[in-house]
This record gives sequence, structure tokens and C-alpha cells, in this order.
Amino acid sequence: MTAASTLTEPATERKSKRLVVDCDIHNSLGPHALDPYLSARWRRHSELFGYRRHQGYVYPKGAPNAARHDAWPPSGLPPGGDLEFMRQQLLDGAGIEFGILNCLGPAAGQLNADYATALCQATNEWQIAEWLEKEPRLRAGICVPHEDAETAAAEVERMHDHPGFVQVLLTVRTQEPLGRRKYWKLYEAAERHGLPIGIHFGGGQGNPLTPSGWPSYYIEDHTGMALAFQTQVISYVCEGVFERFPGLKVVLIEGGFAWLPSMMWRLDKHWKRLREEVPHLKKPPSEYIREHFWVTTQPMEEPHNPKHLLDVFAHHGAVDKVMFSTDYPHWDYDAPDRAFPVSVPESIRDKIFSGNAKALYGL
Amino acid sequence: MDRAVADSSGRVIDSDIHITLPSLKTLHPYLEPRWRDYLIESGTSSLESNLYPSSTPIAVSPAFRSPSGGVSGSDLDVLRSTLLDPWHITYGIVNCTYGVPMIHNDDWAAAMARALNDWQLAEWLEPEPRLRGSIIVPLQNAELAAQEIDRLGSDPRFVQVILPARSESPLGKRRYWPIYEAAVRHGLAIGIYAGGSTGNPITSAGWPTYHLEEYVDMAQAFQAQVISLVSEGVFSKFPELRVVLIESGFTWLPPLLWRFDKNWKGLRREVPWVDRLPSELIRERIHLTTQPLDEPGSPEEFRQLFEQFDAATMLLFATDYPHWQFDSGDDALPDFLSADIERRILGVNAHDAYRF
Repeated sequence: MTAASTLTEPATERKSKRLVVDCDIHNSLGPHALDPYLSARWRRHSELFGYRRHQGYVYPKGAPNAARHDAWPPSGLPPGGDLEFMRQQLLDGAGIEFGILNCLGPAAGQLNADYATALCQATNEWQIAEWLEKEPRLRAGICVPHEDAETAAAEVERMHDHPGFVQVLLTVRTQEPLGRRKYWKLYEAAERHGLPIGIHFGGGQGNPLTPSGWPSYYIEDHTGMALAFQTQVISYVCEGVFERFPGLKVVLIEGGFAWLPSMMWRLDKHWKRLREEVPHLKKPPSEYIREHFWVTTQPMEEPHNPKHLLDVFAHHGAVDKVMFSTDYPHWDYDAPDRAFPVSVPESIRDKIFSGNAKALYGL
Repeated sequence: MDRAVADSSGRVIDSDIHITLPSLKTLHPYLEPRWRDYLIESGTSSLESNLYPSSTPIAVSPAFRSPSGGVSGSDLDVLRSTLLDPWHITYGIVNCTYGVPMIHNDDWAAAMARALNDWQLAEWLEPEPRLRGSIIVPLQNAELAAQEIDRLGSDPRFVQVILPARSESPLGKRRYWPIYEAAVRHGLAIGIYAGGSTGNPITSAGWPTYHLEEYVDMAQAFQAQVISLVSEGVFSKFPELRVVLIESGFTWLPPLLWRFDKNWKGLRREVPWVDRLPSELIRERIHLTTQPLDEPGSPEEFRQLFEQFDAATMLLFATDYPHWQFDSGDDALPDFLSADIERRILGVNAHDAYRF
């Protein structure tokens, strides 16, 4: 690592330097936070039945709430639940010019579709009132009941006007591969309003993480989550989603990115042999991937030889679509000044830390 | 690799040759009467998976096609005349991935595995001394699987036990450990092959639409097995165990190692038996076959990829016969390899992995 990189300099020196855009911040719901935004009917439902999602998988995280030990606000709210504390610790503390909130609430995963819709609506109204209206540096993803694409599209229609919403938020473990047609109504709405689809780590609709069923440990669940992202990219491309929705943009959040070149090579190779099965594809899969997918950096894969990270960027061939993220307040947070194991050339660094996200989200 | 290189490089071991059962009826003489009757009475005529629909372009390379028609990969003479002789193969490791994993009846699965192994021995290994075999086991029941390994493991013509990349549970789990114990007892490697159909979807979001997706997604099945074998402590429990990933591709390996190592630093208290970086265990204990290459567009990128992991010691040359992974006339190995590395990949590494 050379001394030339400002990224490797201590935080105190960094303060006077550039600000960054953080593409993955988690705002979390405190107890009863949604009550004011739910109708009496659904408040009653919440009291009586609570959240009912797919279950059967428990992977205790490395820390309570999967959070940094120092991210618990003095107010007693959960990590990511207290705006004032987030301002101090993250926005001011780490020099965040703009931050994208990805609220991983319970809404979209509900087994009861009407309740999922009510919770998504409430979550979005809570995000506007409690976060977007109060803090001009923050933007957010629209929460949608994605398994019901028509209703999800309606929620996009209802919310897209608010300037604080800059994408539609999904989680990666869906009921079906995301390229399948059951989700297309949602993509139609997202494309119409120029909103990227953000796909975040996690979720779960009853399918095991691996093709061989459920693993035993959280380290497997966390490491293996990259595989879920890989299969979703393959599905989007092979189903022809980008032929049908040429304006659609997809952001892979917290899925890693170093695997993209390998997957592009593999997909191109076998597409050449099997393309008669997918005549709706008009060009090699890697071209759709370079055009339509953005990625966030955390958790940054750390090559044993740091230089190989630059090879990855070159092989990916789309460094204008790589965007910095911290994953605040989670335990595997990547700090802006420490995330990169290698000195990144100036021209690329500015794009990754700021320019790419500003261009995508119109910041 | 082209043929001229093979001529001058000494031993060439092809670590992935698929042999195919021409039809389920072929097994009848090898099945115990009870199970032969069971198949006939139930009208069960095939246990083919849909992973390689027989007419897809990827299923059979033009170079390996049987001149007389017939099921590709099912004729020893064709294997000799299209691969073993012209490629100067010193040893070829055959594996048969016929539908045992899709059976849910433990006893039937065990009977099918026994019959397939006896067929392999009688019709391939016995008549052709260049071939080495892979023991098929009923993964449904580890005790029965271990019995099958014990029945055949002392025959030096078998060099590995093969398990499907798509298993019912992740292969590191303890329910499978009797299989590893038996493999170690007989000095056999564990081969994990591209296949298996237990009813689990191949993606964490359910079943994909296309054959193309399913074939490409197979890389995720292998990655999950590598994560499982390391995390469950299989390599710590069985220090002699060697694992070969067959038809897995390998370009996905470096980013997996980087992510896995980073997570281990944060989460290793959960898996205290993993007492060093996952990448170290993987490098020492796992080999991967070379086809499909999943190669980058440019040779320079490919060369850079080879620097990202221990390709020189981890890769085993394989043609993936009879599948169509490379065009005849094209090299089956990249051009930029040094003579020493090529020699390792062509034979030395397989010798280390299989110890024959």
C-alpha cells in the first residue's frame, strides 16, 4: 500500500478531505415505530398475531442485531434507529455527503399479503416523516411487497413522487428467481419512474440458501449469500428482462462484486453453446450485465494480493457502476478510510466513493 | 492442450470422463432379482436427469460422437478411438452420474449403486487398463454408502468415491461423515460432480426457467459445498481426505476465497475447528478439473486469473468427455502455461489427488 492514497490516512486527516456517498445504511424500526402509520385494523392485527414470516432458519449473528458494539444509541433505540445518533456517528463522523437508507423491516416478508402491503405502506410513510424530511443528506428505497408484483407496482406509483425515494428495495432471497415474469409488473413501474431496483443481502421466502439445503452456520449463510446474488443476475439476464425493460437498472447491495467477472465469463461461454434456448437475448450476457447492474462495495472482498482487486475492476469492465457502501450499523461495516486493501487510482476512487452513486441516483 | 503437446509431456491423466448407461435395461443383469423385478413390475424405464438433455449442443462434442450413433459415452470402443488413443491418455478416470441421487428409497438407491459399480467394473475397468473408476454410493444413507465403499475400496482400479454437487444436505454435515471415514480407510479421494437431483431447487430463490441457467448455476452448488466442507470441519476431522471438484469450473474460486477468509476473520469463534484461513485448507485439500474453462475473452485476463489462486497445483486436466466444452482443434488448456505448470496440470496433480 503506498502513502499516496488518502484512503489509508487516519480519520483525523481525512476530515478535511472529500466527502463520500454511502449506498447502504440501515435505518431500523424501534418497537411500535409503525403504529402511528397503520390503520386500526392492522394495529389490531399486529397486536394479536405479530409478524408471521417463513421460518425454520436461525443463524445467530456475530453480535446482537448484527450490529457494531458501538452503534447502540444512548436513547435505547436499536442500532440504526436513532437519527440524531446516526448523524453523529456516521453522517458527520465518517464524512457522508449523501446516504441511501435500505430499511430491512419485516414488511415484505409477511406470509399474509395484505398485511405485507399495509406494513410496506406504513414503513414508507415512516421513512418520509422520520428520516427523509428531517435529514437532507438521506435518501431511501421504497419498500414493496415484491412477491405480489401488481401491489408492489401500486406502491411505487404511490411513493415515487417523493424526491427522497431513489430506488425500489428488495431482498435477494425471493420466492422465485427475480427474472421470472411474476415480477415484471414491478419492473414496468420502476422503469417508468426511472427508479433502480436495489437488491439487498437477506430476505427469505422459504427456499434454502444452497442447492443442497440448509447449512449449519452463520459463516456459511453470510459467505454463501453471494451465491444468491449470482443466481439472480443469471436469472435477470436469461429471462430477457433487459430486452423487455431496456431502461431498467439493478443495484446489488452487500452481495460482493469480485465474482462478477467469473460469472460473466461462464455465462458467455455457455450461452454461446446454448443460445438457441434463449433466442430473446440479442447479445452476450456479459453485455447486459455491464449495462444494467450496479454493485456496492461492502463487504469488500479482500484478495490476498491487493493488486488483484484492480484486476477485478478491469475484468468487470464497468467501474462506473461500483459504489461505496458502509453497511452501517452492522458488525461488518466497512469504514471509508479503511475499506480498500489497495491504493485505488484517483480517477477510479472518486467515481466509486461519490460520482457513480450521484449519477445513478441523481444526487 | 493439443495432441502434439500431449505427445511430448509424459503422463496425461484425464480426470473427467463420463460414461453413460445406454439404458436402464443394461443394469438388469447386475441387479439383484428383487430390484430387477421392481423395475420391471413398475415399468421404470429410465432415471435420466434433465441436466444434460441428450440433444443439446453441450451434451456431445462433435469430436467424441459415435460414428454409428448410439448413446454418447456408452461405447468403450468409441472412447478408445476418439479420446484414449488420439490424446495419448495414460489414465482416464471415469464417472457415471446416473440417477441414483433422485431416488428417495434408501435400499433401492443402494441396490442401484451396487449394480452401476459392478457394470462399471465389468464393462469398462476390466477390459481397459487405462481406465480408473469412481465408486457410486447411495448418499441417501451414509451407512449403506460406507458399506459400498468397503465392498469395493480395496480394488485399486477405483480411485475415488463420487458425490453429487446437488445433495440433499450440504456435504460437510455430520450425517455424511461415515462416507469420508470409509474413503480415508481405503485411501480414496472424494469427487464431487456436476449433478444430483434431490428435489432441492438449484437457486436460493427457487427453480430457474432455462437449462442454460441451471448449467451456469452449477457453480453455485460447488461453492456451497466448499463452504460447507470447510465450515463443518471435515478437513480438520479427516486430515487425509482429498476432494476433487469435477466439471465445476474454477474461475469462481478466487473471489470465494477472498470473501470466505474475510468472514472467517470476523466469525471464526462460531467454527473453532477451522483453525486457519479457509483458503489455506482449500488450497491444500481441494483439486478442480479444468473443463469447463469458463475462460475470459482475453488471454491476458486469463493469465491474471491464474495468478489469483494456486492453479499450478490445484487444477487437474480433464476433457469432460463426451461433453462439448471446447472445439476440436482448439486448445483444451490455455497457451500461456509454462511447460512445468502444464506438466503438473496434465498429470502430476492428479497423481497427488488420486495417489495411483
